[in-house]
Order: sequence, then structure tokens, then C-alpha cells
Amino acid sequence: MIPPARHASDNLSRAVGMAVPTVSQLRVHPPVDSLQAGSYALSDSVFSASPTRSPSSRIGIDGEFSEDSANWIKRDNSGRLTAAVPTGVPDLTQSIEASNNENNGEVVGGPPQKNSKLLKAKTTKAERRALQEAQRAAKASAKAPEQTSKPEKQANQKKYVSQLASSSVVHEKKGGDKPLEKDRKKDMPPPRMQFDNKSWVEKAKKRSVVKQTEARNRVEIFRHLPQYERGNQLSDLGSSFFQMGDMHPAVYKVGLQFLAGDIMWSNTRCISMLQAFQKVIEDYSTPPERTTLARDLTAKINASVSFLNECRPLSISMGNAIRFLKARITKLTLAQTESEAKTSLCSDIDNYIQAKIVLADKQIVIHAVTKICDGDVILTYGSSSLIEMIILRAHELRRQFRVVIVDSRPNLEGQQLLRKLVEKGLSCTYTHINAVSYVMHEATKIFLGAASVLSNGTVYSTVGTACIAMVAHAYHVPVLVCCESYKFHERVQLDSICSNELGDPDVIAKVPGRTNNCLDDWASKENLQLLNLAYDVTPADYVSTIVTEYGMIPPTSVPVIVREFGREHVLI
Amino acid sequence: MTALLQLTGTVIMPDTHALVNDFLNKLKKRKIEGSKATAKLTAELLRSVISQQRLPNTNQAGALIHAIKAIGEQLTAANHVEVAVGNIVRRVLHIIREEDVSLTTASIGGLSLQGLSDDEEDNPLVSAAVAAAAARTTLRPPSLQTLLEDMPSHSAAAAALHHSSSSAGDSEDKTKSTDKNSRSRKLKHNVIETVNELIQDIATCHEQIAEQAVEHIHHNEVILTLGSSGTVIEFLCAAKEKKRSFRVFVAEGAPRYQGHTLAKELVARGLQTTVITDSAVFAMISRVNMVIVGAHAVMANGGVIAPVGLNMVALAAQRHSVPFVVLAGIHKLCPLYPHNPEVLLNELKSPSELLDFGELSDCMDFGIGTGSPLLHVVNPAFDYVPPKLVSLFITDTGGHNPSYMYRLIADYYSADDLVLQQRPTS
Repeated sequence: MIPPARHASDNLSRAVGMAVPTVSQLRVHPPVDSLQAGSYALSDSVFSASPTRSPSSRIGIDGEFSEDSANWIKRDNSGRLTAAVPTGVPDLTQSIEASNNENNGEVVGGPPQKNSKLLKAKTTKAERRALQEAQRAAKASAKAPEQTSKPEKQANQKKYVSQLASSSVVHEKKGGDKPLEKDRKKDMPPPRMQFDNKSWVEKAKKRSVVKQTEARNRVEIFRHLPQYERGNQLSDLGSSFFQMGDMHPAVYKVGLQFLAGDIMWSNTRCISMLQAFQKVIEDYSTPPERTTLARDLTAKINASVSFLNECRPLSISMGNAIRFLKARITKLTLAQTESEAKTSLCSDIDNYIQAKIVLADKQIVIHAVTKICDGDVILTYGSSSLIEMIILRAHELRRQFRVVIVDSRPNLEGQQLLRKLVEKGLSCTYTHINAVSYVMHEATKIFLGAASVLSNGTVYSTVGTACIAMVAHAYHVPVLVCCESYKFHERVQLDSICSNELGDPDVIAKVPGRTNNCLDDWASKENLQLLNLAYDVTPADYVSTIVTEYGMIPPTSVPVIVREFGREHVLI
Repeated sequence: MTALLQLTGTVIMPDTHALVNDFLNKLKKRKIEGSKATAKLTAELLRSVISQQRLPNTNQAGALIHAIKAIGEQLTAANHVEVAVGNIVRRVLHIIREEDVSLTTASIGGLSLQGLSDDEEDNPLVSAAVAAAAARTTLRPPSLQTLLEDMPSHSAAAAALHHSSSSAGDSEDKTKSTDKNSRSRKLKHNVIETVNELIQDIATCHEQIAEQAVEHIHHNEVILTLGSSGTVIEFLCAAKEKKRSFRVFVAEGAPRYQGHTLAKELVARGLQTTVITDSAVFAMISRVNMVIVGAHAVMANGGVIAPVGLNMVALAAQRHSVPFVVLAGIHKLCPLYPHNPEVLLNELKSPSELLDFGELSDCMDFGIGTGSPLLHVVNPAFDYVPPKLVSLFITDTGGHNPSYMYRLIADYYSADDLVLQQRPTS
């Protein structure tokens, strides 16, 4: 933003003001063509200015001119009018000098930093200043910049007022030009914390509640991600419970469950977190100091969120839910009493859970079940509650199909899904991810769950999903990703390294069914690192369709859903 | 024993019989690990068979070939996935044929010289030239040069040969029989010598492949591999010794987890290693410069039979344009073309490696009466990587394109040996 050269315009306006009488007469028949502006765009502004128009694109002279024309007209104390007012710098310079000579000690409004100097300026310096200002005016006019200036009533006005006014005017002007630019900037997701930035890490450590120990043998590529050992944090947390202070026990409990790995899936984590926040809100009472409910509650929620983040990094769905909650809190009006506000917030949370998770799941099942036909062989990876619901529903509808479950280390989540399906009597095939090329030639459809879908259509999901989708693509098997819309995010990501979650590396060293593993003492070897990624990113071209509660959409339509349905939470 | 006689029509010595049976058992029970070890043992077995084989007076090579083919048929039937066995059998057969041909040409040259010197003393040069021409025509396929050279003297040479051999045969029986004895001894001797060379080659294939490591691995590279392979270890360590600094990502290669042993080995030799799970291969491959893997077998079309999971790695490498390099000794090159290799050239191992036997017994309801089992657990041991996914083969004879591998077959195998099964004698 180019700061307006207010002093120059003042002088110019003053100078023009000198010439006003003739100009105003000329105004009746605006002979625009006769007055050549040269490098000046003054002519347009002079003749096209209307009093009601807000200051617009010219050297601000028109604004001042239009509003103060009456004033200026009165000031015709010099008869020195040049017929062609705006024709050239020399004329103007002379007129400026003339004006300065006439208004001897009068301080002209100038740039704020010069004002103090001007106040003390001796008249002997006025000529030098006038020359400077004339040159500056010439430069400014040569650029024909978009400058605004506050329509100054008097030249003697205090500068800070003008400064404030000018800034507001500038804002207003910019707002008029591009009304959505500010909003658009707000849409950009804030940059996430990068853990290779030492100062940030230090600050975060000071704020942290959970004591983290530095991980051994860090993998270089992932220095920007938090790599903490979680093994000994449980005992630390347990011992420091009574020093928690502000932390609500419900939040503490949920945090411990995250840390211990009792709650793992993103839907479950989100629901449990929201329910913990409900308890926080119910038990909350505004402190008697001078804060509003909204601000204090937001601070409390923030503290809880950072605690949960330290226990286990938040998933994208949890982030979206927290944003929703904070938006609701800020919308609370002061008119509501505290109990009203609390009940409304709790009911909002309930509605969110119901609408965005429970009912959305049911709707997705209805959509997806239409895609399971008799004789199908459905391949799925890992364990997703949504996929389980779809398969069981299709089985209830007496469709004849079988399921192939692909599993991988280190979590071996597929065994849980396998157990549930076998109990219901479905015929299943179970294999590990290396054998996916072997089983892919008999699969007819792939159903995958997701942790999130990003705005460039990429699917952010359990590590290994990308491999399955890639092999399916090579064998021409369609891939259907089932995901609720509250998990969509406006972030974009190209590969799995930029943002991920690192899990416990010790799990890799331990092979199931063996007592002495060859990597048991991996920590002692400095050349050896174990990497346990939690997520990976599947490119959009491997995915055939995404099943959401709004229907089945191609991956390229995800940003549309984020934009239309994400921001205002229209369902609630 | 008698059945074997009926089948083959030749006599197989009893002590070799025990050796063969022993080896067959090992193959059937999958006790031998790795194609290099299998190849070496097969070659040694065949060497002992050859050395103890008593050969008839006529057509020794044919008898030898017959005997080896019989054994080879049994060996390949014992383990259809271990194609290295069949490879070595065919190599030995090729060696026998080659040695036979070279001996025949030498003897023709010698014989004609002998015969001709009696009859045509005045033209030793002509006879030598005739012998040389004869040798050339018997050994080499007709080329333009040979045709043009031999045109005028071709008929004369043929007549001279016929004349000389018949005349020699009539006149000198004793020398002929001694010649034949020496020739048979020579054949065995040469064959065993060449088989020894073959065994030596198999043993040193790692070193020869590792010598090429410096051309392919440079500084600050990131290399991905899956599972474990002796060739890969030697390859990477050779590059390390030449002071190239690079990092290795090792995918563990479930369910055998050989990646862990490989990682331990590499770390012991001072390489920066990171162990990742197989599911993270697609995630990490965007930061990898090269994928280097070993193979179980290389088929004639350039396709690779590799440990399970490598097809996934090859697809990921193709997606990210990362070179996929396969290290294989020449003894792994199989002259057969693969047909449905995922099923026919594959083995399913025990499901207990994936799922404990009693794991789901509490929830499986055996009362559901469809009859078909509710739960299949699939644990294949090998994967087939099609040739279009492979960027380069590095063998002990140098680097080759997958489309070139069929050409190498002609160097090491004969076309008559591709089918080891004997035709039933009518």
C-alpha cells in the first residue's frame, strides 16, 4: 500500500484551490479536452469529481476539491490564476510557492513523520520544503498512483486524526474494490507448526504439560514432525495428575486413553473428545473477573486441546470439530445467560455428532450398499468402522459376495475386522499387504476408509492405502473411498512426507511370534533408524469415487464440498 | 532302479543313485535356501554323476545327455519353483553338447589329416585347408563368407572327407579304437572341467556383480530394497568401500522379515539404514533415487520371479520414475517363458505365519452348513514382476535391458534341452 503523500496533495489542492473560481465556471461546460493534463491525470479528477463520490483513484485532489471547493473558492486571496490550471509542473510550482508565500507560517499537512519537524520549521526553510514537495508531487503525479487522502477540512488538523481517517478510508476503498480479499486470506489454513524450527519447539516445550523425551535415532527426513517417545509418558502423566490444576478430569481421561492407544479410530477419537468438551462446558462457570464467557471458555478449550495434542497429535477430523466448537462459542451473544449459553453449546455439540457423524454414516452406508452386487469380491484394507457397517449391511440384504481383507504391520488391524465378519458368517480371505498383487486379480471392487480427504483430491489415510490403490489401478479394479464430509479439509498435500504422524518405532523391531528378534538392540546402533509412519497420501487419480453423505463424488469435487458445506455448518 | 532303467535305457551307477535320492529329498522338503546354494549343489551332483558314468563306445555324448536328462527330469519335478535346478541341468547339457562338437571338429581335423597324409602325400596343404573348411562348415551356421570361400572346394572337400574317413576306417581299426577311447576320456574330462568352471562362476557371481556397483551408486543417494539378498549386500558394501556415501531404506518383507537381518548386516558394515514397514513403501519412494533388489529367477522374457511384495515396489517405482534394478547371477536365467506365473511359478506357504491357528476359533461357527470354508488365509512366497517394470538387470556378465535377456539364453543353453521330459520310448 503506497502511503498517501498527503502534504503534496494538500499543496496541490491548495494550488488548485487558487484556480478554482475559473475552473468552477468552466465546470458548467466541462471542456475536458481543452485542458491537457499531460502527465497529470488531474483534469479528469477535477472535472469529473462529484461531491458525493468517495475519494477515488486520482491524486486525491478531487476529493478535497469536491468537498472543500466551497472553502477554497472563498479563499481567493490571490488573483493569481493561470487559465490552464493543471498544465504543468512549473505552473504548479509557482502556484505552490505563491501559496506558501501567502500562507506564511501556516503549516501544511504533510506526512506524519514530518509534522513535528514542520511545526518547528522556520519560515526560512519553507522554500526548500516547498521545492521538495513540488518534486515529490511531480513524482507522485507522474506515477498517477491510486492514492487516497482523507478529505481534510482544515490544513491545520491534527495529524493523528487524519492518519486514522486515512487508514480507514484506505480500507474502505480497498474493500470497495475487492470485497472478498480479506475473507479469502482467512480461508487459507494457517501454517502448521514445523518441528525443525528451534524457537517454536522451545516455546512449545515450555507450554507443554506432558513431559516429552527426545526420541533416539531420529529419521532425518522427518525432522519437521514431532517424534516423541510415548512409552514412559503414561507413568509421568499418572503421577502428575494432582498437579493438573485447571485440566478437567474428563479431558485428562481422554488424553490418557489416546496416549495408551485404547481409542484409535478417528471417528471414535473425535466423538470422545467432543463428549469430554461437553463435560467441560457443563462444569464450567465464568470466573468473576472481567472476562466474558466466550473468551474464557475459548481459553479453556485451547488449553485442553493442546494437552490432547501432546498426548497424541490431533487428527484432521478432530481439528475440524474444534474449529466448529470455537465458532459456536464466538457466536454466543452477551444477551444469553450463562446457563443458556452452556446448554446451547452442549446441544450444538450433540447435534454436530449426530448430524455429521452418526447420520452421515448411515447415509453413506445407504449409498455404498448400492454398489455391492451378487458375486462381488470386495477387497478392503485394515479396519474401518464405516466399511464394516457397509459390509454388514450388504450381508443383511442377502447379497452374495465375499471379502478379502488385506492387513499390514505393525498394528495388524485387519484381524479385528476379520473377527467381526467371520462371526457374522461372511466368507473371508485374509492376507498381508505384500501379497496384494496375488489377490488383486480376483477382486472386483476396493472399499477403503479415510482419515481425511484433502482439497486436491488426495486421500489421507492409514499407511498402506496408497499401495493398495496403486495396485488396484494397475489391475483396473475400481477404488471407492468412503468418508464423511466433516473430515474434508482445505489443506493440500502432495506427498506423505510433508505432514504425517510418527508412531512408536519399537513396534517394528518386535516381530510377532518370535522371542529374540535381531533388531532388539536397535537403539544402540547409531546408523540404524526405525520408521513407523501412521498415514500416507493416495493421489487422486488412483481413486474412482468418494462416497460421502451428499452422494458419490469424484475426488476433484472435494474443494466444492469444503467451500459450500464446510464453512457455515448449514446443517446445524 | 529297474524302472529307471526302463525309462532311460541306460545304466545309472548305484552310488550316484544314493546321491540323487538324497538331493531329491532335500529339494522336496525345501531344505535348501536360495537359488545360489541350490545351483551349486545341483552342479556338484551332476559332476559326480558324469564322472561315475560309464560311457558306451559310440555316441558318448548322446548317452551322457540321456542320463543327465533323466536325472534332471526328476529334480525339476521335486521343486517346480526352484528353477535354478532346471537351469543348471540345461547348462550341463549344453556343455556336453558343446564339448562334443569341439572334440568332433578336432578329431575330424586330426582324422582327415591322418587319412589324407597316407593317400595324398603331395598335397598336405590342400588337405589341411580341406579339413579346416570341413570343420568350419560343421561347426558354424552358413554365413556369406564361408559360402563364398567354400564354393569351389566344397564338393571336393566333402568327397575328400568321405573318401578319407572310409579309407581310414578300413585301414586303421586299431588307431580308431584307441582314438575313440581317448576321445571318450577326453569328453568326460572336458565336460568335468567346464562344469568345474561353472561351479566356480556360481560361487563368485556376487563379486562380479558387486564390481559394477560403483558405476551405479553415487554420493548422497537413497536406495530402497525389500527383504534380503546376498547379492544386494555385497553390491551395497562394494559401493560403500569405494567411499560413496548413501542411505538405505529397507522394507522388512513380511512375513519372513528378512529385511531385519539385512538391516543388521548393513549397519554392521557402517551404512546408514532405516527400516520401514512394507505398507510405507509408496510413502517413502518419492524420496528414493533407486530401487535395488535381488531375484529368485529371471525368465526368458525378462520377467522376474521375486520375493513377495516386489511387484508392489516395482509399480510404485514406475509411478515415481525411480529406476528398478535387479541383481541376478547368470545361473538364475531360465530359458522358459512364464505362463500365468503368479499361480504356476508360485508357492503358498503356511498360513500360520499370518494368523495363528487358534486365533479365530472362538468366533467361527462351524454349524453354518454351506460346506465351503469360511476363512482362507493366503500366503504366497513369490511375486512376478513383468519386464516393463524392470529398468536394468545387473548380471555377472554386465548390465542388460530386460528385452535383451532372451539373447543371453542362446549363449548358455541349447534349444534341444528346453524340454527335459523324455519322449516315451515306443
